[in-house]
Amino acid sequence: MNDTENTAGEENGEEWVLRLYVAGQTPKSLAAFANLKRLCEEHLAGRYTIEVIDLLEHPQLARGDQIFAVPTLVRRLPPPLRKIIGDLSNTEKVLVGLDVRPRS
Amino acid sequence: MYHTEQPRRSTRIELPKSPTGIQGLDEVTLGGLPRGRPTLVVGRAGSGKTLLGMEFLVHGALEFGEPGVFVSFEETPGDLVQNVASLGYDLNDLRERNLLSIDHVEVSRSDVIETGEFDLEALFIRLGYAIDSIGAKRIVLDTIESLFSGLMNTGILRAELRRLFFWLKDKGVTAVVTGESGEVTMTRHGLEEYISDCVILLDHRVDDQISTRRLRVVKYRGSVHGTNEYPFLIDETGISVLPVTSTGLTHTVTSERVSSGVERLDAMLEGGGFYRGSTIMIAGTPGTGKSSFSASFVDAACLRGEKCLYFSFEESPDQIVRNMQSIGIDLTPHIESGLLEINSSRPTMFGLEMHLVMLLKEVRKTQPRVVVIDPLSDLIAIGTTRDVKVMLTRLIDYLKMNGITTLFTHLIHTREAVAPADLAVSSLIDTLIQLLDIESAGERNRGLYVLKSRGMGHSNQIREYLITGDGIELADVYVGPAGMFMGTARLVQEARERAGAEARREEIAFRQRELERERIAVEARIAALQAEFASQEEDVRRMISAESRQQDIIDADTRAIGKLRRADASDDDKKVQATRGETGEEQ
Repeated sequence: MNDTENTAGEENGEEWVLRLYVAGQTPKSLAAFANLKRLCEEHLAGRYTIEVIDLLEHPQLARGDQIFAVPTLVRRLPPPLRKIIGDLSNTEKVLVGLDVRPRS
Repeated sequence: MYHTEQPRRSTRIELPKSPTGIQGLDEVTLGGLPRGRPTLVVGRAGSGKTLLGMEFLVHGALEFGEPGVFVSFEETPGDLVQNVASLGYDLNDLRERNLLSIDHVEVSRSDVIETGEFDLEALFIRLGYAIDSIGAKRIVLDTIESLFSGLMNTGILRAELRRLFFWLKDKGVTAVVTGESGEVTMTRHGLEEYISDCVILLDHRVDDQISTRRLRVVKYRGSVHGTNEYPFLIDETGISVLPVTSTGLTHTVTSERVSSGVERLDAMLEGGGFYRGSTIMIAGTPGTGKSSFSASFVDAACLRGEKCLYFSFEESPDQIVRNMQSIGIDLTPHIESGLLEINSSRPTMFGLEMHLVMLLKEVRKTQPRVVVIDPLSDLIAIGTTRDVKVMLTRLIDYLKMNGITTLFTHLIHTREAVAPADLAVSSLIDTLIQLLDIESAGERNRGLYVLKSRGMGHSNQIREYLITGDGIELADVYVGPAGMFMGTARLVQEARERAGAEARREEIAFRQRELERERIAVEARIAALQAEFASQEEDVRRMISAESRQQDIIDADTRAIGKLRRADASDDDKKVQATRGETGEEQ
C-alpha cells in the first residue's frame, strides 16, 4: 500500500485547505462545523484553514465544486480533491475520507 | 324590476397545459404537459428521453416565450450542445440570449464519501438560482436517478426527492423528469411514486432487426389523453409522434367522384370513377401495369389541379417519370408546378411504423388531395400481419378523416391468389380492382375487373386493357362460346364479325331489291287484269242496253197495234209486264 508514503508526506507540515458548504444555520450545518473543527484541532492542529460557504448567500458557488447536498466538506488542498457529504458525525469515516492518519 | 339571467352553464376548467412543440405529442396529450407540474418521462437508455426534454425546452424558448433550465446529471453541457446541434438547434445561441441555462450536476461515487445526516438543499439552491437567473418557466431534470448511484443513504434521498418535487410545484415551473425503466417498478428507483400527474413511457423495440420507437401516455391526471402506443420517429428535425388512432369511423363522406384517369374504367364504375376520399387498391401480378394505373390516376388529379403525393418503394422519381413517358403520361410539368411530389425510399430502410410516421409527416406537410402508395405489399413485407393491419387502419383512418383519396397498389406473387386475400387489409379497401394475366392461344394478355366497389353499381365484366403509347386503353369486349377473346383472338374475332356484318348487310340489300322487283311485277299483272275486266264490263253493259232498247221498241209497237185494234190487255201484254218487273227496268 502506498498509504504510508502519502501519509508520511502529508504529516511533514503540509497546508490543508478545507471548505465546508452549508445552507443556512441549520442543526446539521452547525453539527458539521463543530465536528470538523474538533477533528482538525485533534489531527491537523496549526496547519489547516476552514472556509465556510453559505449557499443561501452565494448560490452561484454551488456549481463550481459540484455541490448538490449539504453539508459537504471539500478538501481543496492537498490534492486530489475530495468530498465528504453529511454532518461528519462519524469521525473514523471522515479521517479515511480526508486521508488523515489519526495520531496514535 | 330588472332581472338578469345568469348563465347556468358550469364553466369547465381545463387543466392549464404547456405545449411541447413536439409534432404529434401535443395532439396525443391534447395540448401539452401539465403546466407548473412535473411530468415523468420513462424509457430505457437510448429511447429518446433526453431529446424529448431538450426539445421541450428549445420549443418552449423559441415558440412559446418560456425560457428553460436543463439540469443534466449525465451528459456535460458540451456534449449536449453537440448532440442537438445535429438537429439544427444552436444551444449556445439560446444560452447567450438567456433563453436556456444548462447545469451539469456531476454525481460520482468515487470521490464522494458520506457520513451522517445531509440534505439536498444545495441542489435546490442551484436549481433555484438557475431558474431565477433567466426567469425560467420550464425545467428538465435528466436523469435525477443518477443521484441514487452517487449516494448510499437512499432513505434520505427519497425524502429529499419528494421534497424536491413539491418544491418544483411551488416554484410553478413545468418540469420534465426523466427516469430509466426498471424491471419491476416503472422506473428503476420508483420515481413514479413522487410524480403522479403525468407519466410518459418511451419504448424502443427491435423486431426482426428493425427497430421501432413507441410512446405511450401512461397517465395524465386531470386530463383526457390518447392511451394508445404511438410510434414516433427521431430524424433530422427531432421527434415526431404519429398521433393517429383507430378510434373513429366518423369521417364525413362525399358523393363527389374523381376520375381514375382511364376513361373506360370510369365507365365501369357507374361512369364517374372513384369516390373522393375513398381507398382504392389495384392488385395484380408482376407486369400487369399497376404503376401505370397509379400514374394515370395521378396525372388526372394533377390536371384537375389537385396536389398529389406519390410514395414509391420500388422506383426512383426519375425512373417513374421516364417510364411513364413511354406510355404517354408526362409527369414532369406536374412536378415542376409543385402539384406532384414523388417520394422514393427503400422499404427495408426502416420498420413499418417508421415508414408510416414518415408517410404521415409528409402528408401533413404537403396537404395533398391524392396519395399513392406504390406498392403497399413492400410495406407489408416488413411487418407482421397484425402490426400491418393496425398500422394501416391508422393510416387509412387518418387519410379518410382528411378526405384524401388514396390509391394503393398491391403486388400478388401467385396467379392463383385472388386479390389480396392474403392480407388482412382488404376489408379496409373501398374499391378493389384486380389486374389479371390471362394466357390463351399462346399469348399473355392483360385483363381487369372490379372486385368490389362500395357504394356504387359497378360492371362485372372482365375487360381487356392495353398499355399503349397514349396511356391505358380498355378494349371492346368479345365473348364467344369458348370464353372471352383477348389479344390476337380478339382481333380475329373483330375481323370475323366485321365480315359477317358486311355479308348480312349485302344479303339484306339483295332481298330488298328482289322484293321490289316482285312487287312491280305483281302490280303490272294487277293493272292488266283490271284493264281486261274493264273492257269486258263495257261490252256487257253495251249489250244489255241494246237489248233493252230493242224490247222497248217491240213493246211500243205492240201497244200501238193494240190501240189501233181497241183490244183489251192481252195475255201477251201481261207477259210483257211481268218480264219488265223481273228485269227491274225503269218505266
